[in-house]
Amino acid sequence: MLQTLLPILIFAALAVGAVGAARRIRLWRRGQRSPMGWHRLVRMPKRYLNDLHHIVARDKAMAHTHVATAGGFVAAMALALVVHGFGWRNPILGGLLLLASLGMFVGALAVNRRRLDPPAKLSKGPWQRLSKSLLAYSVGMFLVSLPLVGVAPTTLGGGALALVLTLLVAWGLLEMIVGMGWGGPMKHAFAGSLHLAFHRRPERFDDQHGEPQSKIPHDVHRGSRSTALFPLDLAAPKLGVEKPSDFQWEQLLGFDACVQCGRCQAVCPAYAAGQPLNPKKLIQDMVVGMVGGSDARYAGSAYPGIEVGKHRGAPAEPIVPQLVEAETLWACTTCRACVEECPMMIEHVDAIVDMRRFVTLERGETPEKGAAAIDNLIATDNPGGLDNASRLDWAADLDIPRIQDRPEGVDVLLWLGDGAFDMRNQRTLRSLVKILRAGGVDFAVLGDEERDSGDVARRLGDEATFQRLAERNIATLSRYRFQRIVTADPHSFHVLGREYGAFGGHYTVRHHSTFIAELFDAGRLHVKAAEQRETVTYHDPCYLGRYNGEFAAPRQVLAALGVEFAEMERSGYRSRCCGGGGGAALSDVPGKARIPDMRMEDVRETGASTVAVACPQCTAMLEGVVEPRPQIKDLAEMVAEALIEPASDTASPTATADTREEIPA
Amino acid sequence: MTQPDNVTVGAAVKTVALVSSGRHPVSGRAGRAREDARAVEMGLSLSGGTLTLLHAGDADDAALPEYLGMYHGLSAGAGPGRLDLLPMAPDGDALPALAARLRQSDARLVLTGQRAECGEGSGMLPYLLAETLGWSIATGIAAIEQCDGDHVTVLQALPQGQRRRLEVALPCLLAVDGVAPAPRQSAFGPARRGITDSVATAAPAADPGWAAWQWQPARARPKRLKVVKSTNARDRFKAAAAKSAASGGQVLTDLAPDEAADRLLAYLRSEKVLAPVSDAEGADQ
Ligand code: SF4
Ligand code: SF4
Repeated sequence: MLQTLLPILIFAALAVGAVGAARRIRLWRRGQRSPMGWHRLVRMPKRYLNDLHHIVARDKAMAHTHVATAGGFVAAMALALVVHGFGWRNPILGGLLLLASLGMFVGALAVNRRRLDPPAKLSKGPWQRLSKSLLAYSVGMFLVSLPLVGVAPTTLGGGALALVLTLLVAWGLLEMIVGMGWGGPMKHAFAGSLHLAFHRRPERFDDQHGEPQSKIPHDVHRGSRSTALFPLDLAAPKLGVEKPSDFQWEQLLGFDACVQCGRCQAVCPAYAAGQPLNPKKLIQDMVVGMVGGSDARYAGSAYPGIEVGKHRGAPAEPIVPQLVEAETLWACTTCRACVEECPMMIEHVDAIVDMRRFVTLERGETPEKGAAAIDNLIATDNPGGLDNASRLDWAADLDIPRIQDRPEGVDVLLWLGDGAFDMRNQRTLRSLVKILRAGGVDFAVLGDEERDSGDVARRLGDEATFQRLAERNIATLSRYRFQRIVTADPHSFHVLGREYGAFGGHYTVRHHSTFIAELFDAGRLHVKAAEQRETVTYHDPCYLGRYNGEFAAPRQVLAALGVEFAEMERSGYRSRCCGGGGGAALSDVPGKARIPDMRMEDVRETGASTVAVACPQCTAMLEGVVEPRPQIKDLAEMVAEALIEPASDTASPTATADTREEIPA
Repeated sequence: MTQPDNVTVGAAVKTVALVSSGRHPVSGRAGRAREDARAVEMGLSLSGGTLTLLHAGDADDAALPEYLGMYHGLSAGAGPGRLDLLPMAPDGDALPALAARLRQSDARLVLTGQRAECGEGSGMLPYLLAETLGWSIATGIAAIEQCDGDHVTVLQALPQGQRRRLEVALPCLLAVDGVAPAPRQSAFGPARRGITDSVATAAPAADPGWAAWQWQPARARPKRLKVVKSTNARDRFKAAAAKSAASGGQVLTDLAPDEAADRLLAYLRSEKVLAPVSDAEGADQ
């Protein structure tokens, strides 16, 4: 009886699953078409076995579980097709099938143990069921295959046990094969592998630029950091994403690959602060929108403060606010912690910015302070609405050379960023100037010809203003000669270095931490040991670390200063955002806690008395935390304090510069 | 003061907003003028997408798309913003062109700011335009409370946050004050879709006065500070916040319009604001 039933079951499951898969593909293809080649499918195995596994393996236990379960299942399914489906009842193949089912069974046991008391980040509902289905399939397949190797051949031939086993296998096939095509939890395998093949950011898989900075192999970022936002065609009939069908089809495919593992949720600073954002729910809402229906079936953590089940979506219906509230989009700091953590390599930030673009460019509903900043950027080239000519006021006594006076060119163009208008950041800039002088660096500034880089406008969705600023800055820069740009602002660093390329601006850009580390390496800076040893920790800015992979240089600088260094638990690529990126400080969506307060808690846990920062935004956010708290110092300030000015240098100018430094900025 | 939400007239009363090129106070770049943008906001919340904009001047002015970018958040099916452009050189006189255009159209309610931010900026245009058209005019408008086919009820802003309710007969021209509700964000998409119709006008007359005038940059006049010598912060605050009490005024009530006008003219002459009678005959009134 089994010998007749099994092939029927297997082929029926495959056929029904295939129909479902075809329908799923049609859902994805509702998105915007972009040129695609089927040949990209060949990339999939490497990306799966290498890149994806690499991220999964940051959770060792889960990686092993997944290898056993998924590997066991794929092998067992392939063998079952041959052995039971086509009836080639070879004992060796049968033995292998038993082994595969056994492996899968062991994996399934681990899955079930994890699901006994699942951590909060996991989704329940169908995902709880999946753990049982895995058991059913592996047990069923194991037992029905025993006769192949001559064990218990007679007792299994018929009767009630056979029926039970058939049902187990059927259940397993239903979940694993049919569910894969029809949108059950197993669809992640199908959508996920195609997503890997057609990922919009292929650079993430190129194995270049591995950062040999971490001792832990899986912390090393393998591919290139592909973090620049995609330019928006401002002549397109509709700007940004209004409806699910406005996403590129690869994005929809990516959303569908989500395994609801909640790793993104666990690291999201906005979620932790009780703001109405949960990256996992957001991705699931995109799936709801793509398929059509309500979010009531979602079985994971909600957006804090927003009830599940009240929102609906459809491919051709606007997303905001029927499916996702605007405040959910505005709560994101674009810190990329979720993207970095996602084992399915889903691009949350791209999706959020795409939707913000529509809200800003077409609906004109940027949160009030954000809209004011954009208006200021349009009118005055800086978000504060200040006179751009006052960009150098803080340096009136420093006699900083202007690049306009250096037609022959300079080595370093010092890009000030909008921190030049902020009194706190002016102290950092003065320190940086002091360091550059001590290192004998040939540098100059653009002065009032420098404009905002466009970072905030772009993250707020105003691609038009961003592109205008980018074009003007590029035109300005093209008039002057310099070897590289150095800036103390990671946002400018990111935008100038990574995002201007798409508009024809290609520069060598160094963050000041990198540049100072290079000066130390070259022996051009000399520092005295700190008088009292204090413990220092370092806060990685998102746009320096996760966006651009610079984790080492700031730590090198601190090492050169000889301070006692304590690492925060969340540091490096797992650093928690200060809450100031992506215009979130402007949209200021209310939550239960403030993100910088939470980050300061992380600092306190290390027992450090000073937190070193490397970004004007982080400085501002962390200094906004009420005292008493560890003090906040930019790396440049710490280095400048410890500097021993070279005595051999022509004494007088250095000395005067030094005494001037005493005057509070 | 917020615009009461429920006051809408749709297309029932044809509404036009006059817009001019603004100057950013810091950078001097062209953009929406503060008061004109509020006039457009008022027009959009009153008439939705049926509001038309009217501008006399340069077609390439950067301010124009910014006004058109305000056409969002309107009822479903509202089309793109429309702006009628009366091409004119900077030294042209906008008055005849605007008056002619408004006469041709069936506009019954015209909203505008009180004073342009560049050019002459005399603040006279709303008055002269209303006079030319023979319409009623009210200035310093903070909100429109009600509008039926014949009348519009508005709140007029007075110093120290006081408001006066006025009922004005249509057709009328309302000059909007800076205390009116803030304008909505100008969005790039609607700005790009906005339609500018260039309307040929009969050879825009050059303003005869313009060439003869002497121009100099405006300078903020220093404010006279009343120094209050008091050790008491409360007194100093009261003195600073106190109304500049007008003294010796005279309230005229229950006068016939002609009589009232005569009394005002006599007063202005006595104060030497207006020239004595004999000269006034020849002046361009
Ligand atoms: S988006 Fe990625 S990290 Fe988040 S739940 Fe889905 S698979 Fe996990
Ligand atoms: S980018 Fe950061 S704030 Fe935004 S959803 Fe991801 S983790 Fe949350």
